[in-house]
Amino acid sequence: MIHVSTTVNGDAREFLCDPRETLLDVLRDRLELTGAKEGCGTGDCGACTVVLDGRPVCSCLVLAAEAQGHEIGTVEGVSDGEDLHPLQRKFIEHAALQCGICTPGILVAAKALLERDPDPSETEVRYWLAGNLCRCTGYDKIVRAVLDAASEMREAT
Amino acid sequence: MRYHTPSSFEDASAIAAAATGVTRFLAGGTDVLVQLRSDLVTPDDLIDIKQIAGVRDITRRDDGSWRIGAAVSGAELAEHEALIAEWPGVVEALELIGSTQIQARCTLAGNLCNGSPAADSVPAMIAAGATVNVVGPEGTREIAVEDVPTGPGMTSLRPGEVVSAVNLPARGESGGDAYLRFIPRTEMDIAVVGAGVSLSRDGDTITAARVALGAVAPTVLLVEEAGAALVGSALDDMALAALAKAAEAACRPISDKRGTVEFRTHVAGVLARRAARIAYDRAGV
Ligand SMILES: Cc1cc2nc3c(=O)[nH]c(=O)nc-3n(C[C@H](O)[C@H](O)[C@H](O)COP(=O)(O)OP(=O)(O)OC[C@H]3O[C@@H](n4cnc5c(N)ncnc54)[C@H](O)[C@@H]3O)c2cc1C
Ligand code: FES
Ligand code: FES
Repeated sequence: MIHVSTTVNGDAREFLCDPRETLLDVLRDRLELTGAKEGCGTGDCGACTVVLDGRPVCSCLVLAAEAQGHEIGTVEGVSDGEDLHPLQRKFIEHAALQCGICTPGILVAAKALLERDPDPSETEVRYWLAGNLCRCTGYDKIVRAVLDAASEMREAT
Repeated sequence: MRYHTPSSFEDASAIAAAATGVTRFLAGGTDVLVQLRSDLVTPDDLIDIKQIAGVRDITRRDDGSWRIGAAVSGAELAEHEALIAEWPGVVEALELIGSTQIQARCTLAGNLCNGSPAADSVPAMIAAGATVNVVGPEGTREIAVEDVPTGPGMTSLRPGEVVSAVNLPARGESGGDAYLRFIPRTEMDIAVVGAGVSLSRDGDTITAARVALGAVAPTVLLVEEAGAALVGSALDDMALAALAKAAEAACRPISDKRGTVEFRTHVAGVLARRAARIAYDRAGV
């Protein structure tokens, strides 16, 4: 077993893991953070998206051992306690989810986009989220929710 | 599986040289982890190179050449404006790989050493005249990128050898490069054909050109005749036709669900022409 010290959503966390375990496995099974989902396990669907040092990654393609000394952000850290993030509120308002399995990954990826670019175009949103598959919504509502959240966040600052 | 985090390439190489079972280096893991998770390849020793000092550095040397550390990701490369200004084709080729999430992890060295004939950044690197620095049990050597792949999933790296960096030559004045691939969708797919072109101009006249093709043979190909077809021309229709002919003649593709032999051969000529036009225009500014 490998001993790993890392930061998850701002909190110092330690765990023991097998070298073959992925970050997704450890988040879900050892750290009880079940927000990140396993869709494909091969980097294609984005349901497992978390941020690693500020960049969205597929946690199914990161070994848990690689998290040593790095900062991880998951969907559990997107809201401020009970206060939903504007993206989360807009997803509800626009009905940008149905079954919801893609939603945690999309929220994490979209938040990383808006931190980089507070005013993305629709095309930029679509390309940024091209690695987040959604089987239910047809994407339109997701894209609109992200653009609406971005505009609200710009007005707030 | 043993997971190693050496702090130098010499140590990484020594671990690999001493290993008796299946060994893999871990850069971005976007091939290694997929192979691990689908039980295709379970390494006995997995050697993570990301804790080695300098592996994420992009450096422009005094002579104008570039050194790109072996763990620089696609996202990091795509944010480097000075590199984009000189080698836009290499950057756009790596940037085509996967999604935002894959970009945060994928590397040039991983794309090359995985040995896929469809690897997107490899034709661009070969066209650019890129080399890799290799650290091995017998010391270090520098090899041209076109000499690395030897067949699908195979490279000329010897046991214990690890790539420490990718080198791009000085761009010089009036040079340009470009990479194009054909996929049936707009994102997230494997190249049916890829074409990289790099050239230099003196006024309107092309003074040097290199052309490389992906996904049309068991390895990415440097097509010397295609580059030669451009030299001395001002990219007129005759030169473009000769380029396409040389590109098509070099193709030895397979037919599969992604494309037939005829289709791949035809598209190779088309993409080589289009990439040459873009490289030519970029060289002009
Ligand atoms: C969803 C998805 C989409 C993809 N799309 C594309 C695409 O469009 N085009 C494309 O070309 N590829 C694509 N890929 C494949 C992959 O992302 C690329 O090949 C990537 O560049 C691999 O880089 P890496 O750093 O992740 O390599 P890793 O997985 O870390 O390593 C790959 C191989 O290279 C070896 N290696 C790594 N670093 C070194 C080194 N320094 N020295 C010696 N050997 C080394 C490893 O041992 C391993 O065999 C995709 C993958 C996924 C999961
Ligand atoms: S579960 Fe990681 S990308 Fe699908
Ligand atoms: S809401 Fe069901 S997959 Fe997106």
